[in-house]
Amino acid sequence: MKILKLIFANALRHKLRTFLTVLGIAIAVIAFGVLRTVVTVWDSSVDAAAANRLITRQAVSFIFPLPYAYKEKILNVDGVKNVSFANWFGGVYKDKNNFFARLCVDAETIFDVMQEFLITPEELANFKKERNACVIGQDIATQYNIKVGDQMVLEGDIFPGRWEFVVRGIYKPKNKNTDDTQMLFHWTYVDERMKVESPTRAGNVGWYIVLINDANKAAEISEGIDAIFKNSSAETKTETEKAFTQGFVSASGAIITAMNFMSFVIIGIIMLVLANTMIMAARERTREYAVLKTLGFSAFHLVGLILGESLVIALIGGGVGITLTYPIVAGFEQAMPKGFFPFFFIEPITTIIAMSAAILIGILASIFPIQRALKTNIVDGFRFVG
Amino acid sequence: MASLITVQNVSKSYWRDKIEIPVLNNISINVEQGEFLALMGPSGSGKTTLLNLIAGIDKPSNGNIIVNGTDISSLGESALAKWRANNVGFIFQFYNLIPVLSAFENVELPLLLTKLSKAQRKKQVETALTLVGLGDRMHHSPKQLSGGQEQRVAIARAIVTDPVLLVADEPTGDLDRHSAEEILTLMERLNKEFQKTIIMVTHDPHAAERAKLVKHLEKGDLVGA
Repeated sequence: MKILKLIFANALRHKLRTFLTVLGIAIAVIAFGVLRTVVTVWDSSVDAAAANRLITRQAVSFIFPLPYAYKEKILNVDGVKNVSFANWFGGVYKDKNNFFARLCVDAETIFDVMQEFLITPEELANFKKERNACVIGQDIATQYNIKVGDQMVLEGDIFPGRWEFVVRGIYKPKNKNTDDTQMLFHWTYVDERMKVESPTRAGNVGWYIVLINDANKAAEISEGIDAIFKNSSAETKTETEKAFTQGFVSASGAIITAMNFMSFVIIGIIMLVLANTMIMAARERTREYAVLKTLGFSAFHLVGLILGESLVIALIGGGVGITLTYPIVAGFEQAMPKGFFPFFFIEPITTIIAMSAAILIGILASIFPIQRALKTNIVDGFRFVG
Repeated sequence: MASLITVQNVSKSYWRDKIEIPVLNNISINVEQGEFLALMGPSGSGKTTLLNLIAGIDKPSNGNIIVNGTDISSLGESALAKWRANNVGFIFQFYNLIPVLSAFENVELPLLLTKLSKAQRKKQVETALTLVGLGDRMHHSPKQLSGGQEQRVAIARAIVTDPVLLVADEPTGDLDRHSAEEILTLMERLNKEFQKTIIMVTHDPHAAERAKLVKHLEKGDLVGA
């Protein structure tokens, strides 16, 4: 207990220095936590993809549409359980900063293939039977205070004009990383208007969402689908939903890599800050270590004292940093355009990595001072003038 | 009286930038149990080096040192550390107390290496601090004490384990005359009343007068021995 008291007393001997070191560690841990959260949130959109879903898109680019007529053909491919489709609508809801996905979908099938979107049977039935009905994710409902029965008006850009919808359902996310920031409405509602206003754009869908019976047969089913449309005017590229999402994320790959790299550079910086503090502390205490050795304290005791002090500072800094990361990440989420990230939360692994890094840094930062304290013999220790 | 310390043909050299610097030359000396020996000599004469060798905080280049029946020159670092903890009490010129610990905790430090219970440690620390006249200052930190009081805490720390040998390196070197007298009186008392064998290095002839025996060193040799 006395040794423990000595460790804490030593850690607080230079209060300002310890405070600044703890502050430095805390700030670095916060920066690490925020960066890692952005990176993991980005990655988790890939992880959220279902293994038994394929995406069929235009082979050249997904911005080019596919004919609606493909649906039945895809449905007839061996191993395909169900097919739905969606089209990116875009548009503006009240303000350009209100960012969330607006998709025109196949109302009859979308909730059969997107089973992580939980909706009550009653709301689903109401959605299906009304042409201008829409379903929104729970997060949108909360953010914009929208209830079932409310009207939502979009100002179209890809599909110009004023578009009025009635909210007939609010879906809940099945998992923590399920995107509940989508607005889904009838493709037929949009398509019928296109037939009148812009006939060349009618009858097209953005991509097909294919539910398959066996995730292990994804590759051969994909090949089977693409083979049907080979040499057609709109060849397809079918891939797993995970690969499809990965394609989006990898477009931002350089930024993510840089953020990943920076988050680990920050750990290196913390280590240098703490190592510097520990080296100064150990240097100042050279005579005290000589006294302790003289009194019979062993190398084991000195290692315990120096390592303990380093760990105390690292853990306090890490603890403060992690504690503050939560409100700061919440503030960061608030500061970003609404819906920019479908979900934004600190993964437990981020907290574990940050705390493990703090412990590791505490250990590494004490190595040099320990080595120095053990190497210095008693006589030289007493002669030392700091 | 039986010989507590036997120093046989001890030499000590230090190496600085590949140059050998001899500090002690073939020294032999016996110190009896209950002796109060003062080692005197000019700076660089080797008196502190000899004290360090006898106390087991340095090792001779040649020769043997036998203290209380143990040839300490043959002990390894770990064994020597244990031996010091059990046999030697140290008093330094600059007290060398741990500033973040109270007087009580500083004195208790050597006892943390023993198997004594908390209550036994408390009793021994209180006895030692009372003996040096600081029974009422136990929970003061070093910076709340005068130089003389700090040195008395250091003496309490040196005697708390009841060692056979006390070594003191310029124990009055950093004190005013009055405090120095108090410390010397205390050491004299430890020698006479408690039969502690004391070896004291000092420049001060006045301090050396308190010792029973005075030895002089010059350029690494005992003179007038």
